[in-house]
Amino acid sequence: MATQHSRSAARFMMAPAVILLLGWMLVPLVMTLYFSFKKYLPLRGGDLGWVGFENYVRFVTSSSFWPSVYTTLIIVGGVLAITICLGIVLALLLDQPMWGQGIVRILVIAPFFVMPTVSALVWKNMFMDPNYGLFAYLWKFFGAEPIQWMSQASIQSIIMIVSWQWLPFATLILLTAIQSLDGEQLEASEMDGASALKRFWYIILPHLARAITVVLLIQTIFLLSIFAEIFVTTGGAFGSKTLSYLIFQRVLESQNIGLGSAGGVYAIILANIVAIFLMRIVGKNLDN
Amino acid sequence: MGRIVLDKVVKRFGDVEVIPPLDLTIEEGEFTVFVGPSGCGKSTLLRLIAGLEDVSDGAIQIDGQDATALPPAQRRLAMVFQSYALYPHMSVRKNIAFPLKMAGLPKEEQDRRVAAAAAALNLNDYLDRRPGQLSGGQRQRVAIGRAIVREPSAFLFDEPLSNLDAALRVGMRLEISELHKRLNTTMVYVTHDQVEAMTMADKIVVLHAGVIEQVGSPLELYHEPRNLFVAGFIGSPKMNFMTGTEATSRGAHTIGVRPEHITASFDSGAWKGRVGVSEHLGSDTFLHVLDTGLAESITVRVDGEFSARHGDTVWLTPIEDKIHRFDEKGDRK
Amino acid sequence: MARSVTNRRKTINTMLAWAVGLLIFFPILWTILTSFKTEGEAIADPPVFLFFNWTLENYSIVQERSDYMRYLTNSIFIAGGSTLLGIIIAVPAAWSMAFVPSKRTKDILMWMLSTKMLPAVGVLYPIYLLFIQLGLLDSRMGLVVVLMLINLPIIIWMLYTYFKEIPGEILEAARMDGATLREEIIYILTPMAIPGIASTILLNVILAWNEAFWTLNLTAAKAAPLTAFIASYSSPEGLFYAKLSAASTMAIAPILILGWFSQKQLVRGLTFGAVK
Repeated sequence: MATQHSRSAARFMMAPAVILLLGWMLVPLVMTLYFSFKKYLPLRGGDLGWVGFENYVRFVTSSSFWPSVYTTLIIVGGVLAITICLGIVLALLLDQPMWGQGIVRILVIAPFFVMPTVSALVWKNMFMDPNYGLFAYLWKFFGAEPIQWMSQASIQSIIMIVSWQWLPFATLILLTAIQSLDGEQLEASEMDGASALKRFWYIILPHLARAITVVLLIQTIFLLSIFAEIFVTTGGAFGSKTLSYLIFQRVLESQNIGLGSAGGVYAIILANIVAIFLMRIVGKNLDN
Repeated sequence: MGRIVLDKVVKRFGDVEVIPPLDLTIEEGEFTVFVGPSGCGKSTLLRLIAGLEDVSDGAIQIDGQDATALPPAQRRLAMVFQSYALYPHMSVRKNIAFPLKMAGLPKEEQDRRVAAAAAALNLNDYLDRRPGQLSGGQRQRVAIGRAIVREPSAFLFDEPLSNLDAALRVGMRLEISELHKRLNTTMVYVTHDQVEAMTMADKIVVLHAGVIEQVGSPLELYHEPRNLFVAGFIGSPKMNFMTGTEATSRGAHTIGVRPEHITASFDSGAWKGRVGVSEHLGSDTFLHVLDTGLAESITVRVDGEFSARHGDTVWLTPIEDKIHRFDEKGDRK
Repeated sequence: MARSVTNRRKTINTMLAWAVGLLIFFPILWTILTSFKTEGEAIADPPVFLFFNWTLENYSIVQERSDYMRYLTNSIFIAGGSTLLGIIIAVPAAWSMAFVPSKRTKDILMWMLSTKMLPAVGVLYPIYLLFIQLGLLDSRMGLVVVLMLINLPIIIWMLYTYFKEIPGEILEAARMDGATLREEIIYILTPMAIPGIASTILLNVILAWNEAFWTLNLTAAKAAPLTAFIASYSSPEGLFYAKLSAASTMAIAPILILGWFSQKQLVRGLTFGAVK
């Protein structure tokens, strides 16, 4: 529904964004592909020539590869499950009439403002430290042995920290969605004799489907690339190494660019699989 | 000023031809109404004239000048939209002055014209309000004000009254007609409401599936509808259609009689039937007569005093020289 | 949904919600409180909550040890600059997608979002090399560009959803009134979309402010923002809770304050415009 003139104007105005993002995607991608077929060690001789698929084989056969994929999926899945479930509960709670709703809302949103490096540091040291952390006092108070969070429960700790950061986002989106639910629908179902649980299951939850998809999409985008939380807390030790972090170590710590680049290509493939999967669901859900 | 000529204009959306080749001339100063059921292409046609859509083929001339490729801004046309399309972040004054500002008129001239338009449309008290603070009828006036300050060569109205309630609609209808008489500028008006078309137009263009069914004055359309579609569309309540012996005996495939051209009686007449629903309007009563054997139901307009009850038997007689005859293709004979 | 609720139920709701709210907020509150303690009080057993000797000492030590103001200005420059640049590029693109949609619009939008899924770490080295080549390493300009690029899809998406709420007829009216495309965007679209644009700006300032991959890996000293400032406190030898808390508070305070003042826009923005 537009004229030739406005269509060409539209193309022209979209060009900068499209070209920039295309460049941002393609240039590093091509370079990564290029390096992935080379033996390239900047500190130990530099470019040592083409090696075919050796880097790819080495990366997958390394003992850290599959654990890192597993860790990635556990962390992303764990955080998604926690934030969505708790988010729904919190959203239902905040939707109830109460005094000081605005202030409670600010309190709940606040963690989203905290930069990942800060929250990771604060949690690691002031809460999860086995000697001086608050949790240690709490455990000791109840007569229990304080947990060595970072070594004994590294993945759980990271999931907890990241969930704390993303819970506000999930809550807020779900709350907004609940508030847009037509009150008459609920009243009608109440007239029809639906119990509170049934109303939640048959009316509220389906209504939240779109919001849950949005949470799923946006959080996955950000969670796949969590970095600071691991960098600052465990530094990838104790089985908390995600695929991204493994690649980061190959590239920066062992300075093996070829190997790291091959890993990067794997990460890109993994991200694309997730992306296609997500876009399917989301595309369907965003149409209505 | 304000003569618009459409020359074999075609509009396609993708592969769908919504307007097949169409010719139409809108004369200077004429009040032309495009009327038809929804989806008949009347709004698309208006948008083609406005330049908000490209024609796929053919040409549009405005005042003898080829305007086919001109952007909307250069066509010297003003448009009033169905939703009024007022700028919500500007005061009424700024809304009305916007086209003048875009045209680069000096500030004093802008103020003078806005004041004149506001006076003419009774908007003086609202000039500093935002559109959101106005009623539907006031918003409508602001939209008209924004159109008239530019002194365009023609006005385009896209279903401007459809968002107003019934009483306001009648008032605004009169105001727009009044405005046309005063300005004497070409107006092209799109509506699906045949009452608006009949009451306002100098010339009505009846559209159906992108095709012009008939062009003519309101009374021409009423008295001599060119085909079944126009006959059924113009006039309220709808014309009654019958086929079969009543039609063939009059040398036609289908005949049509308007409800106001049938008389009803309790004792004698041409067609016998049973009263279904009767709608009392006070001055008139509309009888829906069933079981005549001619059509599912025949609508008759009778005097408000005529007291027929549900189930009564009535006799109907058409006024013979007011019967419209159509052939197999539905065209007037 | 106007329903009368008994005061008793409202009281229970209130207590429950406040308890949960405070629990979620507690880590931040605890950090802020600890920043005013001495190092001894910070690790006291049992922990002290409010009754300690309030001191500002930690703040002056942190400022002395690492030049806070420099990190702060870098953060402001990078977060503000990347968001502004992003908005300038995104407004025309979002206009096109919202008002002149084609069959491919949705695909393009999805593609743009999918570029956000590219694992940053996979392309870290190429970008690192390019930055060296272009002399952008450890420069604020370089980070502005990179953060703009990673947030651009989100900015476009948000503006797109806000623009779509604006009826196309209003823009057509402006066109009929003689506005050029540029005038249409400046006089009509932008003012009408101000709340949406404000939300978009706020959210993206926060995202850029908190971004901790590129900012950590592409800066050394000169252009390092607050994310790097705080990361320097992660080394075990520098670990003193009160000072860590003071530094943390200084790093998050600007955004907390900004969030406090612009709550309404922020809540809108936090939903990425995707849910109404």
